[in-house]
Amino acid sequence: MAERPSLQVAGPPGGPVEGEVLHLDEPLSFWGGLDAATGEVIDRHHPQSGLSVAGRVLVMRSGRGSSSASSVLLEAVRCGTAPAAIVMVEPDAIVALGAIVADELYGWPLPVVLVNEAELAKLRTGDQVRIELDGSVRTINAAL
Amino acid sequence: MRVVVRLAEALGAEELLDISAAHVDSCLYHGRAPLDFAERLAADGATVVVPTTLNVSSLDLLHPDLYRGDPEEGLLARRLMDAYVGMGCRPTWTCAPYQLEERPAFGEQIAWAESNAVAFANSVLGARTDRYGDFVDICAAVTGRAPAAGLHLDRNRRATVVFRLGGLAPELYTSSLLPHVLGTLIGAVVGNRVPVIDGLPDPPGEDWLKALGAAAASAGSVGMFHVVGATPEAPTLDAALGGHQPAEVVVVAPDDLRRTRDRLNTARLDGATGDALATVSLGTPHYSVAEFGRFVEALGGRRVHPEVDVYISTGRGVLSEVEERGWAEILRSVGVTIVTDTCTYVTPILADTTGPAMTDSAKWAYYAPGNLGVEVVLGSTSECAESAVAGRVVLDEAIWATGSHDG
Repeated sequence: MAERPSLQVAGPPGGPVEGEVLHLDEPLSFWGGLDAATGEVIDRHHPQSGLSVAGRVLVMRSGRGSSSASSVLLEAVRCGTAPAAIVMVEPDAIVALGAIVADELYGWPLPVVLVNEAELAKLRTGDQVRIELDGSVRTINAAL
Repeated sequence: MRVVVRLAEALGAEELLDISAAHVDSCLYHGRAPLDFAERLAADGATVVVPTTLNVSSLDLLHPDLYRGDPEEGLLARRLMDAYVGMGCRPTWTCAPYQLEERPAFGEQIAWAESNAVAFANSVLGARTDRYGDFVDICAAVTGRAPAAGLHLDRNRRATVVFRLGGLAPELYTSSLLPHVLGTLIGAVVGNRVPVIDGLPDPPGEDWLKALGAAAASAGSVGMFHVVGATPEAPTLDAALGGHQPAEVVVVAPDDLRRTRDRLNTARLDGATGDALATVSLGTPHYSVAEFGRFVEALGGRRVHPEVDVYISTGRGVLSEVEERGWAEILRSVGVTIVTDTCTYVTPILADTTGPAMTDSAKWAYYAPGNLGVEVVLGSTSECAESAVAGRVVLDEAIWATGSHDG
């Protein structure tokens, strides 16, 4: 097995991506859990139901649930409601696919980055972070 | 091919492997973007090189009047379906491709999408697929290749978490609810790890295993599970664990299961006054012939209540068999609507989404509140039948009592 890449899907080659963290307490299935038209979390069982992922750096431990999540993520990219980047601990083919096809089809690279548990825990909702070209995550401004 | 290779890189796979079959989930309409993708592939002349089945779509082509959605969106959904059929996929339109006559054999490398089908293929058939999502399913079908990663490989198929049941009443063991609720509990505990269930009193059948996988894949991201003595890679507990010690052993008591059930129910019930019911939805994943038989038996020829709409979703293949046995006629005559090619929680079909809906599926219970805005009650197949006839929610709470059997 090759070494686990920290950058599952690369972001735009031109520069780093910045955004405000939304750290989900539980993984979210985009299908059945995210309204692509608005970017809102619609999974009624999810602790952050009702919040918007649009433009945020979405932090969640892993992917979850439906294999249609790739399609919903792509549609969110088309609608302009997708997260700016996704940060996870567990590599997830379904999340990665949505991001890969967003790049292939629309030339919209949505970085998907893998971190370890300790790094994940440090990322708190409201933090301003930067996803560097190599996939490292740097906090610019910590939330109060 | 570029999508397959980029996914392989993203997963850290060193090589690709040949696959012999595919199941494509991308044919369900989620908006313009996935349609752009499909039509771009089709325009480039893509055709599948391995036998490829199609998952549910957004339309019931056999009963088109059931679709209550926006007509324009219906046309786009149809275009998406046509694009995949045009690339050579079989118009099977089912989320239970393992109920078709031809299904993958033990050890076969395949690329299946649809989370419940992935769990069933790996766990029950012993075929090998990773948890694929939309897009790569068709790309794998067109190239005949998939990343050599995840559940394709021996080392990732071993169980690491053991589940044992303790103190369940015999009525809970035989209830259709058990695999749904247990699967939901397991999915929430294990995430994407591989669980094994040990010590069931009787080896469960395919419908039980289907329900367990569907629930676990909705509540977590389970792509494979083992049941000792029932699934092909678990003749013994030791075999399921690959000779290793488990990372975790979880003992499940009746109260744990009841709490899991309670969390799935979003409708507020007030049993004393009798809760009026608007809808009963069955067949998620698509009902098998045997499940139809059980529901027909549970109804026992009684008509469903005039205020209740009852839907059963299934595949075309199963419907023909159910027609042949005369069950479809019986069900329609007592007021049941049979839905094919799609499912009641992925597209607008329900006539009434204001009243509470009852289901015998944890997966439907999980997703319907978010997708349809409906309030749900989870029950067993027989509770759903009793409730459909009575026009109100009828639950048998006695099954959650602690029994004498220790699993």
